[in-house]
Amino acid sequence: MEKLHNAVRRLREIPWIAKVSGTIHRFTQHMEERRALATSHPFWVIVQKEVTDHVRSWRFNILLFLILLTCFGSLYTSITNLVEETRKANDADDPFFFLKLFTLSDGSLPPFHVFIGFLGPLLGIGLGFDAINSEQNSGTLSRIMAQPIHRDYLINAKFTAALLVIGVMFFALGFLVMGFGIFIIGIPPTVEEFFRIICFLLLSVLYVAFWLNLSVFLSIRFRQAATSALTAIAVWLFFTVFYQIIVNLVARAMLPSEAASPQQLIGYQQFILNLMRVVPSQLYTDATTTLLVPSVRSLGPLTMEQAYGAIPSPLPLGQSLLIVWPQLTGLVAATVVCFALSYVSFMRKEIRSR
Amino acid sequence: MDEFIIELEGLTKKYGDFVAVDHLDLSIHKGEIFGLLGPNGAGKSTTILMMLGLTEPTSGNVSVCGISSTVHPIEVKRRVGYLPDDVGFYDQLSGRENLLYTARLNRLSWKEAERRVDDLLARVGLQEASGKKAGKYSRGMRQRLGLADVLVKNPEVIILDEPTLGIDPIGVKEFLELIVVLSREEQITVLLSSHHLHQVQQVCDRVGIFVAGKLLAQGNISELSRTLFSDKEPYVIEVGLDFSTAEGMDAMEAVKSHLLGLEGIASVRVDKGRLSIGSTSDMTAEVARILVNAGFGLKYLNTKEYGLDDIYTKYFEGGEVYGKTA
Repeated sequence: MEKLHNAVRRLREIPWIAKVSGTIHRFTQHMEERRALATSHPFWVIVQKEVTDHVRSWRFNILLFLILLTCFGSLYTSITNLVEETRKANDADDPFFFLKLFTLSDGSLPPFHVFIGFLGPLLGIGLGFDAINSEQNSGTLSRIMAQPIHRDYLINAKFTAALLVIGVMFFALGFLVMGFGIFIIGIPPTVEEFFRIICFLLLSVLYVAFWLNLSVFLSIRFRQAATSALTAIAVWLFFTVFYQIIVNLVARAMLPSEAASPQQLIGYQQFILNLMRVVPSQLYTDATTTLLVPSVRSLGPLTMEQAYGAIPSPLPLGQSLLIVWPQLTGLVAATVVCFALSYVSFMRKEIRSR
Repeated sequence: MDEFIIELEGLTKKYGDFVAVDHLDLSIHKGEIFGLLGPNGAGKSTTILMMLGLTEPTSGNVSVCGISSTVHPIEVKRRVGYLPDDVGFYDQLSGRENLLYTARLNRLSWKEAERRVDDLLARVGLQEASGKKAGKYSRGMRQRLGLADVLVKNPEVIILDEPTLGIDPIGVKEFLELIVVLSREEQITVLLSSHHLHQVQQVCDRVGIFVAGKLLAQGNISELSRTLFSDKEPYVIEVGLDFSTAEGMDAMEAVKSHLLGLEGIASVRVDKGRLSIGSTSDMTAEVARILVNAGFGLKYLNTKEYGLDDIYTKYFEGGEVYGKTA
């Protein structure tokens, strides 16, 4: 340690180093002073505080830990299976080798995107379920509202902060998986693969944003944080478990007779699919599989005529995006609707102390 | 002194059929401490919320510092500090961090915010507890932190909603003294809502009595008692006399008629050795002289001025009428 100190001191004595370090020192000091004197917009002050709160909260850290764990779990299974897979599949020129990191699984653990589809809602609900009612219950809401800020700053800032946290987390995770992938299997992703992964991450953030908005809305609607959390979880469970059962029941009841025409059969298939697509998680699954598995060509039934003459090769990114465009729009619409609902109900709310 | 800083005209707020505030007219001078006095649910908090533009009035005008609260709430909130009843802070942050957050919401720079916050924390006597988590503060400390929080924006007006609720008597005394000092030093107008008469009586220049959405009377305490008890008598002199004989009774009658003949004395009630004299002005010395000259032994003499208590009970006696607002 002593030696290191001496070495550093001797380095400092070299004139040009002293000059450079002096300049850097002056520059950082100058920046610090400027920051201390600058006034920031109240909106960003709230965002800053909310982000700090999220990052420091137990809740977020537990969720982060959970997601990290599953992320590495699925990465492990996909990498162990990757070797097997490549040996099995004889087409060595499969151009989307790298994407398999995100989708491959041996059945013991679901792949990465399924995990995100499952844990994403939990993350969204976790970050939003007490956004407004906890402030109301602790009496801080009326105090903040008495400051010279517009009322919507608070709700917009809460949404922005949570989205920022989620975005940073997902991109960090995605890049981590990519990095480990490159490190372990030694094959870098192609440009298209890279953009597919970016699209997948954006989609995941959007999906979590939907649940975030839903839970923020519930947090405005219900005064007790527990009620809003339970309601949000109930909605989530309904969509992931019970809705499928209901759709199955409907499907069985409406099963066309064996003598039905092909048109009827297709109509029936389409109808059941559309019923399934009411659920945001279905939209997310559809969109992610299409994005991460380029060989997926359609999300509905294909007729022989449509399939006839098609070249059995993976789709380019643009075409994949085109397929999932309705799903994307649907998710964006659901998110916007939830946000609009929470915005309106918050603006109309009368803010009293406790 | 004739500059009004808060002006309410015909302010009305209805929740469905329920009228919370009913055609309220109120003007508050710059630099005074005004007490808004009324029972729970009288519409005090609603009025305050309307002043800050947090609730829209059904009809009527509110203007604070010459700015309409309904149209430009942000401008009003820049000038007005509001301490809600049972103020809350972010428990996970320290007292100082809580204030810094408020300061930054008021567009102060870090440097400025830190300087101001440390200043105010010292002012309200919380500098030792400034690093402590706000969740660990006692009720009185929280209230003082709330006062500092209100002062961070350097307000022209501060509105305190039930600021003394749940603090021990010594804490209340200190808190009220702090408010008076601040108001006098910085020329801040203070609007204080409360249902504690004595506290209001201690600090307020003027008082408005607010029941069932209506302002029944306003003015300083003596003005109030004069207007409210004009049909009766604002001063009551209670006298204890030493007599029991029959001739004493006769002398008593004479004195009574003599007293009633005096200007300013409205009524005289005799009850054995006790005399209760109602007057419109302070006649204590005169009464004492007459009684002693008439040869009575004076045991005690006591002047009672009507306090806020009496004023208050006068209004809340009609329990039927006001009962439903509670």
